[in-house]
Amino acid sequence: MSLHPRRRAARRVRLLSAQWPALVVLTVIWVLLWGDLSWANVLAGLALAVFLVVVFPLPPIVSDGRFRLVPFLNLAGRFLSDLVVASFKVAWVALRPGPAPHGAVVQVRLRNAQDVYLTLTAVLSTLVPGSLVIETRRDAGILFLHVLDIEASGGLDGVRRDILALEARVLRALASDEVLARCGMPDGRSVVDTVRTTEGEG
Amino acid sequence: MTDVDAGFWTTVADTVAAVCLLAGAFLTFAAGVGTLRFPSLLARMHAVTKPQVLGLILGLTALALRVRNWSAVAMLVLVVIFQLATAPVGAHLVSRAGFRTGKVDETELQPNEMDPSSTDDPH
Amino acid sequence: MAVVVVVAAVLVVSAALLALRRIEKGPSMLDRALGLDLLTASLVGAIAIEAAWSRRTETIPILVALSLVGFVGSVVISRFVAREPDGDGEVRSPEEVAAQARAADVPRGEQFGGDHPGESDEADGDRRERRNRS
Repeated sequence: MSLHPRRRAARRVRLLSAQWPALVVLTVIWVLLWGDLSWANVLAGLALAVFLVVVFPLPPIVSDGRFRLVPFLNLAGRFLSDLVVASFKVAWVALRPGPAPHGAVVQVRLRNAQDVYLTLTAVLSTLVPGSLVIETRRDAGILFLHVLDIEASGGLDGVRRDILALEARVLRALASDEVLARCGMPDGRSVVDTVRTTEGEG
Repeated sequence: MTDVDAGFWTTVADTVAAVCLLAGAFLTFAAGVGTLRFPSLLARMHAVTKPQVLGLILGLTALALRVRNWSAVAMLVLVVIFQLATAPVGAHLVSRAGFRTGKVDETELQPNEMDPSSTDDPH
Repeated sequence: MAVVVVVAAVLVVSAALLALRRIEKGPSMLDRALGLDLLTASLVGAIAIEAAWSRRTETIPILVALSLVGFVGSVVISRFVAREPDGDGEVRSPEEVAAQARAADVPRGEQFGGDHPGESDEADGDRRERRNRS
């Protein structure tokens, strides 16, 4: 607060330029809302985005990640097919006669506790396999998941394997090389291999 | 309103749209049955995340295939993104609130690895 | 297409009715939040079916708005309404309300309201005492 006004302004500009992904995303949403791409829409969206970022500042996301196209497509494709499979599974459990299966709460410790990947893994794992995140420990990178049908999901270890494979796909698509090396996943090894090794360690 | 020329591709798009519409409606119905039949709050949460989201996506896909209009498709894409982003967060908030306020019968969860004692599990 | 639309509409309407049944049954506010979420989703589905049938685009902004309403609803409920005393989530029939009012010897209108249960209990007690004395 005691900063010189000019330095404060400079700091604000730096903060703003650090948040250019948020500006882009907000502008794209605005243009999609209006439904047609015109200069007026883009400029209005950009102005609104700057307004939002300045008035409601968020802590900057520490992103040292690297975007890799092929693993990302792998992640997206697996996500879509898993979403279809999981939806029809839950639909079948709901419609079939007989009592509902009994659920369980599984604890999964992720390899990487960084916020961005933890959040992505948690969001995707709620949508995709037969699981639902009920609690997370951010500092330790632990997810607690509710599983609808523990037998059908392959028991506790089956669930852990699925979630770790999902995390591996997320990391492979978005994380930096150092993170991948730290998690024991240098490029070139298949997801299944790395899951086996971490299981052996655990 | 878009002008639609009758032709081969129109027929194909309409057929795919019909299939998507039926599958989406079926999944929404299954989600409804699930919310009513599942015995516990967390199990019901599963019904409103997975089948409901995919059902909605399929319904919107059908709509996009029927109208074939870019500005409409842009808005539908936005709806799908909102759904994918908000459904897990909403489900997580509701189930966490249920867990923390004791609305979940923890004896039904077998096994339950979220005992307060199991947090320091050196896994 | 007509058959498909009718079948889909029937399925979505039954989903909405099932969600309504869950909202009515409860047993907690969170179950209602979940039912409301499904109700919103089936409303979106119904609008999408109608728009797909008549190939019209002017109802699509409604879908954008509705897709956010469901989320805000469940967030608000899980954040503020989740802490409820036991039995507070039940919807009572008028007879039950009357019976309870008679049992507590409190005029019916005062069953509701009272943001601070402790305080209102005390107030009720005071009133009852005063009534007994007189």
